[in-house]
Amino acid sequence: MATTTPTRSAHGPQGGRRAPKPMTPGRQAWRSRLWRFDDKASPYAYIAPFFLVFGAFGLYPLIYTGWIALHKVEMTGLDQMEWVGWGNFSTILQDSEFWTAVTNTFVIGVISTVPQLMIALGLAHLLNYKLRASTFWRTVILTPYATSVASAALVFALVFRADGGLLNWVLGFFGAGETNWVNGHWTSNIAIAVIVIWRWTGYNTLIYLAAMQAVPSDLYEAASLDGASRWQQFRNVTIPALRPTILFTIVISTIGSMQLFGEPLLLEGGINGATGGTEHQYETLSIYLYNYGWNLGHLGMSAAVAWAMLVLLLLIAAINWLVGRFVRKSAA
Amino acid sequence: MRITRTVAGRSRRTAVMATTGLTAAALLLTGCGDSGSDSDEADADGNITLTVADFGQFGYKEAKLFEKYHELHPNITVKANTAAEEPVYYTKFLQQLNTGSGLADVHGIEVGRVKELVDTKADAFADLSKVVDSSQWVNWKALQATTDEGKVIGAGTDIGPMSICYRRDLFEKAGLPTDREEVAAKLTGGWEDYLKLGEEYKKKAPKGTFFMDSASAMYNGVVSSNSEQYYAKNGDPIYKESAGVKAGWKLASEAVDKKLTQGLAQFQDPWKAALRQGTMATVACPAWMAAQIAEYSGDQYKGKWDITRAPGDTAANWGGSFLSVPAKGKHVKEAGELVKWLTAPEQQAAVFKAAGLFPSNKGAFQLEDVKTAKLEYFNNAPIGSIYADEANAIPAAVLGPKDGNIKDEFGKQINNMEQRGTKPDAAWDAALEAISKITG
Repeated sequence: MATTTPTRSAHGPQGGRRAPKPMTPGRQAWRSRLWRFDDKASPYAYIAPFFLVFGAFGLYPLIYTGWIALHKVEMTGLDQMEWVGWGNFSTILQDSEFWTAVTNTFVIGVISTVPQLMIALGLAHLLNYKLRASTFWRTVILTPYATSVASAALVFALVFRADGGLLNWVLGFFGAGETNWVNGHWTSNIAIAVIVIWRWTGYNTLIYLAAMQAVPSDLYEAASLDGASRWQQFRNVTIPALRPTILFTIVISTIGSMQLFGEPLLLEGGINGATGGTEHQYETLSIYLYNYGWNLGHLGMSAAVAWAMLVLLLLIAAINWLVGRFVRKSAA
Repeated sequence: MRITRTVAGRSRRTAVMATTGLTAAALLLTGCGDSGSDSDEADADGNITLTVADFGQFGYKEAKLFEKYHELHPNITVKANTAAEEPVYYTKFLQQLNTGSGLADVHGIEVGRVKELVDTKADAFADLSKVVDSSQWVNWKALQATTDEGKVIGAGTDIGPMSICYRRDLFEKAGLPTDREEVAAKLTGGWEDYLKLGEEYKKKAPKGTFFMDSASAMYNGVVSSNSEQYYAKNGDPIYKESAGVKAGWKLASEAVDKKLTQGLAQFQDPWKAALRQGTMATVACPAWMAAQIAEYSGDQYKGKWDITRAPGDTAANWGGSFLSVPAKGKHVKEAGELVKWLTAPEQQAAVFKAAGLFPSNKGAFQLEDVKTAKLEYFNNAPIGSIYADEANAIPAAVLGPKDGNIKDEFGKQINNMEQRGTKPDAAWDAALEAISKITG
């Protein structure tokens, strides 16, 4: 903390490399005031950019969204705000579509996060071996992450098309190419999960890889001296060492899946995509929010959905924290 | 932390001031996001660029009208900015109207939205009543874009008088008459007759073909031919008991039940593909739809399509648009002149000739290009006279602010009945629930 930082004396220079020129008392007082000002104020200036940007683009929108959520506001009349209190929230909670969206968000979240992290762990383990052209493989594995959501979703839309889609064409050789992927509840959720897995596995792989390389190699040597197989080494040395990293990726993936928007919006596209399918079969919370605000023009409702999402995220974070504490305690 | 503890009052104040200054700087940096487009100001020679924002197909590109306007007014260049999907376009347009930035000089408005804009956003538009003479338009069209105070926010471009497009060759194979007068004679009783014709068709239908593309299209046809649609005159939503909706829904569920439809949501890829494969015998056909059919069916079906009058004796209008001038545009006066020119009879006739969008300006009905127009693709159907007769007879339907959204929602639920086998009652309930959110 600040106690270790050498502070300049507030009463004028005490030597230094060059001897100061003699100054008039008035001038000296002015300088000392400047010194003091520099001393007290500059730290604020140094940290100000973050807080200013956070205030302008994080805190203010957050609070203002909360304010809007308590009003009836229409896209067609932004200047007319009508106070409705908690009305918007109670409408949402009674809306079956909201709960459909919550369910979809969690289903897609689980079926994308779990395989994604497992695959990432496996790939990281493979990349951790001594490989020829290891940089090349690491780059390759990160490429999907570098593509934009829109282009990935549009390409996968072609893969999952009902007629003439790549996947149905392949399945056709096995006599099962009739699936209308976007129409079914599970099939559409799986399709979206596939896009997410494709995009994010590489990212998580690299995080795991970095963590694995930080595991001291003498642990592995000791394990192999004790006769542990590769698999046992992976289970009993690598995984425990990676525990904090795994928790981190779980938190990040959970937040990511709560915000899932581009993939469902573009999988089918058009007005169907913007409402999460003809029967809301793949409507996520973000799509629900978007639909309320931008298709239907009810901004107050939309803001209420945004806050409901925040509360859900905080709940999940709390659960994560509890689980993490439990894991740490039981490990100790 | 020691530092904060020793801060004197004055230093704290200075710190606050410094923070304020930084905030102001940050706001200046981020706040002035005004898109500095090149069309803002006239250059030294008085050259200006007018932008026209529209969606789908307005036909100006096809008729090369913007180039022509530049020839007539060498100092004005017209640039088009066309969105593919109207709902996407409209959402953005509302935001632009709200913030007053990013607006084009001329904006297109779809008929399903015009009421909402007239009701809530009339102040954001320039009054066109001085620029154009609204008595030139078919009466009901002009009324749609006029506020109670007589302010005109939009000049009519096209309208969509209804007809039926049908495949002569498929009708022949199914043992139905192929001549357009004979087909019309079988439909005089209204849309019920259309379904009866469908049942006849189904008995001997060529393999793999369907009588109609989508029951939701027929539903729109039925609702359009009723003056009572989704709203009452006093502005109350009446979609639950409106005569038009009830009749349309009943006929649509009947068509689904009797399997007369291929069940493809219009304008989506499978629908376009089906036109190319030629599996649909009829399509409910507002004027602008004919152009779509010709485009997606392609040369192989040229001359095999034909057009006949809409069922029954009630004329119907489906769709059509307006051109408006936002009051906060950069060149309101010049934009008004452009709108006037684009919606004048000669130009509407040119659009009709090039893209098949039917004029809403009565003056155009008298022009040769419209009056004697025949569509070669549709076996030389005399569409000019078919549509013009109908346009004059269309009743002034009562519009409402959310017409576009409500229509889409009913259409979506009808598609659910077709594609997913949703039971009519469940689909009806789902539609009402979704619409209560729209009007909410």
